[in-house]
Amino acid sequence: MFFSLAAVEVGEHFYWEIAGFNLHGQVLLVTWLVIAIILTISVLGTKELQQVPKGMQNFVELVFEYLAGIAKDQIGEYEYRPWVPFTGTIFLFIFVANWLGALVPWKLLELPEGELAAPTNDINTTAALALMTSISYFYAGFKAKGLGFFARYIRPTPIFLPINILEDFSKPLSLSFRLFGNVVADEIVVAVLCLLVPLFVPLPVMVLGVFASSVQALVFSTLAAAYIGESIE
Amino acid sequence: MNPIVSAASVIAAGLAIGLAAIGPGIGQGSAAAQAVEGIARQPEAEGKIRGTLLLSLAFMESLTIYGLVVALCLLFANPFAG
Repeated sequence: MFFSLAAVEVGEHFYWEIAGFNLHGQVLLVTWLVIAIILTISVLGTKELQQVPKGMQNFVELVFEYLAGIAKDQIGEYEYRPWVPFTGTIFLFIFVANWLGALVPWKLLELPEGELAAPTNDINTTAALALMTSISYFYAGFKAKGLGFFARYIRPTPIFLPINILEDFSKPLSLSFRLFGNVVADEIVVAVLCLLVPLFVPLPVMVLGVFASSVQALVFSTLAAAYIGESIE
Repeated sequence: MNPIVSAASVIAAGLAIGLAAIGPGIGQGSAAAQAVEGIARQPEAEGKIRGTLLLSLAFMESLTIYGLVVALCLLFANPFAG
């Protein structure tokens, strides 16, 4: 029973066919749950705003200040404010998704195919997040500098042109692979340890996984903010 | 699947992770050593050093993770399985 709680299925999906596209249904289900949790907390926390915060509002303000701090450290004092929603949403989404995947015993819910897990263990989710980051740093650069944004491709010298162009492709690639790989690696390590010793031994690794997945949320949003800051400055 | 292809894929998956772990291992070791040195020199900066260290360790770890992604592709989504 313990083994079946932790077994990992890589590459098997619960397909929904919508308008000729095969969608990974299990990912979408958990994604909606993540969105619902974040929305509920933020609506509850901002429903009755008070001068002296208490309860839920206190917690939401703490989270907001932390997220604003991430953007401020990377983008700078004067331009960070419009980008707090973006980097903050990325942080919250990845954080809640990873923790849901690590803490909720999804195996208790049976699907016909595939399994419910963190939505970030599907490369499509992480690739979407990474592409959004690419689009937003291009947008930030164009908005700040117009066509002068392209001058960064020949900096410091025109010899760096191919490397600078390559960097635009390697950034989203590395962002998406890093998140995907970390989440899947945690799941596989836990599954292998559960296969060897089903009781107690996997626990420290599970705790490490919970910690590492929150660090990944921080890394992803820090990098997104750093790329945006780089193209603005 | 062609047995040669599957054997080569399994060996390549092992090598992908093993080789990808060498560099980041060395890098993480020296980063941690420098951080400890920094904390010993300036104990009041411990919080900041620890945060930066964790972040940079995560970056280095991602290099091994790229190897893991390649290994996973070879094992579960082999393009040459045909």
